Amino acid sequence: MMDYASMQFAPTEVPVEHHSHGGWEPYVDNGGTSLAIAGKDFVIVAADARQSDGYSINSRYDPKAFVLSNQTVIATTGYAADAKRLVEVMEQNAQTYFHKHDRAMGTTAMAQLMSNTLYYKRFFPYYVFPILAGLDKEGNGAVFSYDPVGNMERVVYLACGSASALVQPFLDNQVGGANQRGHEGGFLDRATARKIAIDAFTSATERDIHTGDWLDLFTIDRTGIHREKRELKHD
Amino acid sequence: MNRLAEQLAANDMAELGLHSNNGSSAVAGPSFQLAAGNNPAAFAHQFIDAKSEKNSLIKIAHGTTTLAFKFKDGVMVATDSRATAGNVIASQTVKKVIEINPYLLGTMAGGAADCSFWERVLGMECRLYELRNKKRISVAAASKMLANLVYRYKGMGLSMGTMVAGWDEKGPGLYYVDSEGQRISNDLFSVGSGSTFAYGILDSHYRYDMEIEEAKDVARRAIYHATHRDAYSGGIVRMYWVKETGWEAFPLEDVGELYYKYHPEIQLTNSVESPLAVASSA
Repeated sequence: MMDYASMQFAPTEVPVEHHSHGGWEPYVDNGGTSLAIAGKDFVIVAADARQSDGYSINSRYDPKAFVLSNQTVIATTGYAADAKRLVEVMEQNAQTYFHKHDRAMGTTAMAQLMSNTLYYKRFFPYYVFPILAGLDKEGNGAVFSYDPVGNMERVVYLACGSASALVQPFLDNQVGGANQRGHEGGFLDRATARKIAIDAFTSATERDIHTGDWLDLFTIDRTGIHREKRELKHD
Repeated sequence: MNRLAEQLAANDMAELGLHSNNGSSAVAGPSFQLAAGNNPAAFAHQFIDAKSEKNSLIKIAHGTTTLAFKFKDGVMVATDSRATAGNVIASQTVKKVIEINPYLLGTMAGGAADCSFWERVLGMECRLYELRNKKRISVAAASKMLANLVYRYKGMGLSMGTMVAGWDEKGPGLYYVDSEGQRISNDLFSVGSGSTFAYGILDSHYRYDMEIEEAKDVARRAIYHATHRDAYSGGIVRMYWVKETGWEAFPLEDVGELYYKYHPEIQLTNSVESPLAVASSA
């Protein structure tokens, strides 16, 4: 005999897409790669625009590098939603500072602000690997590296994101002169730095499934920020 | 006057993010954002593991071999410079000696951000102490301030193993402070995954009555051997000397070059000269 009374009123099972069997997962790795190279009086920031979740490509053009002031750019990788929020918070702070003080916040001040912004979410972090790049007070190229909770280091060049393990050793060799006999050291000139940044991304696109589609390239110098959009392979 | 004092006290609390989250604070000071729910700390633990860094999504940059010891002319502080996130070397140029002020140093082991953030807060507190009391803070008081600061967050997942070294009215001071609430004073400490190797060297060569050059040799040797045997340590050796006039930093030394100094008997098979010794530049 069927027990219709209990069947009829049983809640309907609806198939819902779950990522796992556990509870709510607040983080997704959306892949992507970003890099920055500092020069004597300029800095180059580059980031691909593919946004993916596992083997699926969510978007072929979802930019992850943004202008914060006329001398500072932020590039993010990691979880796209957290990155978006972090950029919003940084933009708001930069705006507030501009209206309060009638001048743009400097790159080094912005760098410390970002460290604190990340650390204030120490107990529920932004899942991001940001790069902050721009010109410092003296007009020198400045690149700042962070972990998700705000540990900060000023560096000369840096690669972050899904292809960082491919790109960073390339930059160590080509920009830092690591393992090269008789390397002179010092800063790269603008054309060379730009060429290396582009080469890094064409190569990363060949070997990393999460990197590709489009490349946003920013060159920051005394005259302002120059933006360039280039095509990468779409496979 | 009283109102000013009250306001200043409120400011202090707000700046440290220590005010209760009822939104009544007049000052827009930083406070920590937490995950919604009954137990935000336990929730966050699922994804961040600042202590072991294994099997967790968010890999936090880690510090590794640090040491400090008192000797007759002050305190020697030495560290490596490698940061690892999972199995990836995140940086070979980390500053694990944190310059709190010209008379105080802190070292970094555990979560790099935890160490640098709280020692920056400590720097601010030490400056406020100077302004209020018209004298420099003692190493004992500074280290206790740091211990109390992080003790408020015990169980929330902070990871910090630090040595506070400095010079005050009583002479050289050296304390070990960690995120578990421990605070100890002694003549010699080493902290981090490479500390066992460093202790091996320190315990067999350390003497209180060393001259500065000998103290540097012992510190350098201890860090070098830790970088040699501990995969999580490496990069360059940073050394600081705290004396009566404040601290002094020594030039950086690449452990890649120190290898040929400490192992001269090892024959190179492929080249006559060391590739690292030639390649390294400023």
